[in-house]
Amino acid sequence: MTDPHTTKAFDSDLQDLERLVAEMGGLAEKQVADSINALAKRDIALAQRVTAADVNIDTLQREIEEKAVATIARRQPMAIDLREIVGALRLAGDLERIGDLAKNIAKRVIALNGEFPPVKLIRGVKNMTRMVLEQMKTVLDSYARRDVSKAMAVWRGDEEIDAVYTSVFRELLTYMMEDPRNITSCIHLLFCAKNIERMGDHATNIAESVHYVIEGRPIADLRPKGDTTTIAALHAGDR
Amino acid sequence: MSVASFTVPTVTHAATSIDGLLEKVSIRNLDFFYGDNRALKNINCSLYQGKVTAFIGPSGCGKSTLLRILNRMYDLYPNQRATGHVQLDDEDILSPSQDLNLLRAKVGMVFQKPTPFPMTIFENIAFGIRLYERLSKSDLESRVQHALQRAALWEEVKDKLNANGLSLSGGQQQRLCIARTVAVRPEVILFDEPCSALDPISTAKIEELIDELKDDYTIAIVTHNMQQAARVSDFTAFMYLGELVEYGETTHMFTTPNDRRTQDYITGRFG
Repeated sequence: MTDPHTTKAFDSDLQDLERLVAEMGGLAEKQVADSINALAKRDIALAQRVTAADVNIDTLQREIEEKAVATIARRQPMAIDLREIVGALRLAGDLERIGDLAKNIAKRVIALNGEFPPVKLIRGVKNMTRMVLEQMKTVLDSYARRDVSKAMAVWRGDEEIDAVYTSVFRELLTYMMEDPRNITSCIHLLFCAKNIERMGDHATNIAESVHYVIEGRPIADLRPKGDTTTIAALHAGDR
Repeated sequence: MSVASFTVPTVTHAATSIDGLLEKVSIRNLDFFYGDNRALKNINCSLYQGKVTAFIGPSGCGKSTLLRILNRMYDLYPNQRATGHVQLDDEDILSPSQDLNLLRAKVGMVFQKPTPFPMTIFENIAFGIRLYERLSKSDLESRVQHALQRAALWEEVKDKLNANGLSLSGGQQQRLCIARTVAVRPEVILFDEPCSALDPISTAKIEELIDELKDDYTIAIVTHNMQQAARVSDFTAFMYLGELVEYGETTHMFTTPNDRRTQDYITGRFG
């Protein structure tokens, strides 16, 4: 996209950062997919592997931060270079949070200890996860290709995930009211759904960062909002 | 080469918030020639009162030439001429009837290499004042002291005002030159790479000084040090091959320049 620097080592510094972010993105995607698979398949061993693997994402984040700080100190980056480095730092932060949320789902799978909610309830969460994974894939792709239109598509797509989350929320609420014995498993599932919804928000953050890296300014519009669970709770209680 | 064969350069003027700023120096359609060589091509930009404007660009791009026009330094050389309009307030700097001594008192200049006169520290400053004003001994002394204080040099030299100006260190000599410039109460101060011969500590002192002086003056600085331009200036102008490529607020220029050439230059991708 841009010409190489007169100082070639600067180019390899930036390429290293980009490669580390891509690697971190791949790991985060895998953690999200594994955590939900563990939930759906009631696979405690897989959940334990997810919990243990989170440290790899944290390590990568630290590596990115160190590399970014060293590059800023050594090269005094300007304009696009500066934005690339700030972008890498931001992406690393969001990906690390996504990793934490996946780890939290895995921990809940372990905590459920066999008392799983009915499969039909898990279906909604699985749908959300499929959407979020698609968002993550697209946004990481937009970063790798510096494709603003893809980033914007992710940014607009979050509304849909929020809407599905709202319906999952209502469904679980109804189920808990039907039989208090469902509450423990449903609460865990609800937190899993909330985690997935938060991952979608982080994907949106990443889309905003990618936009900033490429365009040098934030996305002007207001972020779309489809999460109406605060209102849904009231309505469900009225029934 | 005929003048007409040049294409009119396009300048990107980035969004600037210049509301409430006083345009101290106005440069319009300025061309400059060394003999037949057109060194500046249709320059348009402004220096604002109380603000620092940095001129950056590769060697030979015309930034020092532009600075030398603002106090008619080029008049000292034959075969050099400027066309267009350069106004200091309402005054036409380029007018043949312009009083050059008066202009150079209003538009002071600090050069790349410190250029103290081979005389005492006191005389280095008093010399310039005497050219323009007749002051009593005590008034002259207090003016010299004030100038040295403004240049953040007073504490270091107050006990040796009769020492030779050349006995000072490079950084002190440069601040002596700034004191000399400030002493004649200019309105505009031009800095032509003022720190290129100085160590980092002296550089930091000069930058601090520019920051302190800017409230009372209009300042233009030419520098090859991009970080310095980013640090000290409010507005930045990027010049290339005699053209003003981009001009705008410094924060904007160093984060999101509009022109590809500006970006390539400030990120070290040129040539």
